[in-house]
Amino acid sequence: MTIYKAAVIGGGPAGLAAALAASKGGKVLLIEREARLGGILKQCVHDGFGVIRFGEKLSGCEYAQRFIDEVRSNKEIDIRLLTYVIGIKKNKTFHITATSSSGIETYEAENLILANGCRERTARQVNIHGTRPAGVMTAGVAQNFVNLLGVLPGKRCVILGSGDIGLIMARRLTLEGAEVLGVYEAKNTPSGLTRNISQCLNDFNIPLHLSATVKRVFGNKRVEAVEICKVTEKMEYIRGTEEILPCDTLIVSVGLIPENELAESLSVEIDPRTRGPVVDQNMQTMQDGVYSVGNALHVHDLVDYVSETAETAGKALLQPAAPRELVKVDAKGFLYLVPQRLDLASIKDSTVFYFRTAVPRKAATLTVRANGQTIYARNYTNLKPPEMEKISIPLKPRTGEKLEFILSDKEV
Amino acid sequence: MEVVCIVCPNGCLLQAEQTPEGIKVSGNKCKRGAAFAIEELTAPKRSLTTTVATCFKDMPVVPVRTDGEIPKEKIFELMSFLKTLRAERRYKMGEILASDILGTGVNIIVTCDM
Repeated sequence: MTIYKAAVIGGGPAGLAAALAASKGGKVLLIEREARLGGILKQCVHDGFGVIRFGEKLSGCEYAQRFIDEVRSNKEIDIRLLTYVIGIKKNKTFHITATSSSGIETYEAENLILANGCRERTARQVNIHGTRPAGVMTAGVAQNFVNLLGVLPGKRCVILGSGDIGLIMARRLTLEGAEVLGVYEAKNTPSGLTRNISQCLNDFNIPLHLSATVKRVFGNKRVEAVEICKVTEKMEYIRGTEEILPCDTLIVSVGLIPENELAESLSVEIDPRTRGPVVDQNMQTMQDGVYSVGNALHVHDLVDYVSETAETAGKALLQPAAPRELVKVDAKGFLYLVPQRLDLASIKDSTVFYFRTAVPRKAATLTVRANGQTIYARNYTNLKPPEMEKISIPLKPRTGEKLEFILSDKEV
Repeated sequence: MEVVCIVCPNGCLLQAEQTPEGIKVSGNKCKRGAAFAIEELTAPKRSLTTTVATCFKDMPVVPVRTDGEIPKEKIFELMSFLKTLRAERRYKMGEILASDILGTGVNIIVTCDM
């Protein structure tokens, strides 16, 4: 039996990029549960992808196809479609058990790259009361219906959540002939890009209601109406502002969570802030040989960076394995900072970090301290939690050094 | 007049002013922003991404886009036109499915391999 250099779980943008990078070091196995490679990009027919990586505005499908073409023509990559991983055991190598139409099979690999993406939060995770009729779905499900199956999931839709997926779906449903009654956002600022508010909502006269949420769903077999209610900044309902809005579909776009069932089965340490694994600068988790990339690691805004984290992991496999010497990175003032550890044995001249600020900051300073001494500082303007930042920092930490990253409002 | 630039994810808030020398634009971080604001106020254009029906069971619709921009007011007319199309063979990414749509000189191209 072939012992693969790496087994990549997930054939979306992260898995494709990881497989390509790792294939330079040997045979790679790429496992995908669906019939086609591309992951969620298959249903992202809208454009705006690849601006950073390719310098052009591609649709999600086109971005994926470029990687799929490369993977398909790469002789070092074995692809298994319609194959679902049901368990992974680690001895000296990883034994991956998967089911497919050919039955249950076990594959063996020296390294494991988890690229299984993220899941959408559902209506059940945001305290919506009332009945549970058909017609309540996540934005991703609605997108799957429209863009892959070619079916319109509803005629009169209400969208809860103003993240980019919600906005994109508001436009998509309108183009396909549905009426989008409004996009409701519990926070007092929209979560999506200003550009998407403009081209997805304003272009089609779709109203955006801030500080308002869906409180209740009505309907037995099918959604018949929803109850809208204004909320305070503390997310408390404001009595007397309730309004019944007749509709047949409620689409929720209320956030994404990294998918880590497999990682957890391998006792990989999870960062409560990212809800993905704790990793070093090579995207290697705290379990030797297990890497986590893309949205399974932390939820990205741009696919360009998803591919990048995946390549970092794939490339790291090409280096001879050496015992790691891990140093913890303390982070203050961040929603999260990745990587959370540095491996001194493999550190390069500069290290890439990805972060989100904990709160919006008009002017901020990122300070890095080693044993209390400032060794790096950089100023930022206009940091917002929905926007991920990437920074490359020259670091040469020494054994036993206390490393702190501090993001604070800029002192005037 | 305020215009949100949709050229790139930065989404600059542009200020456009009518002056005797023409429309003056400020607030743009790059040249494309100025051009966008002027076009947006005179003859707004958009590119369109959508899907077209196929005759294949395993792929009932195929993603497509315009290979250029069309006048904004023609978007729904174009959507109605695309509803009349059906892909009768398996196209490759980049292939033209319909050319010079609605006399705009813009083509509809397929955006993934079928």
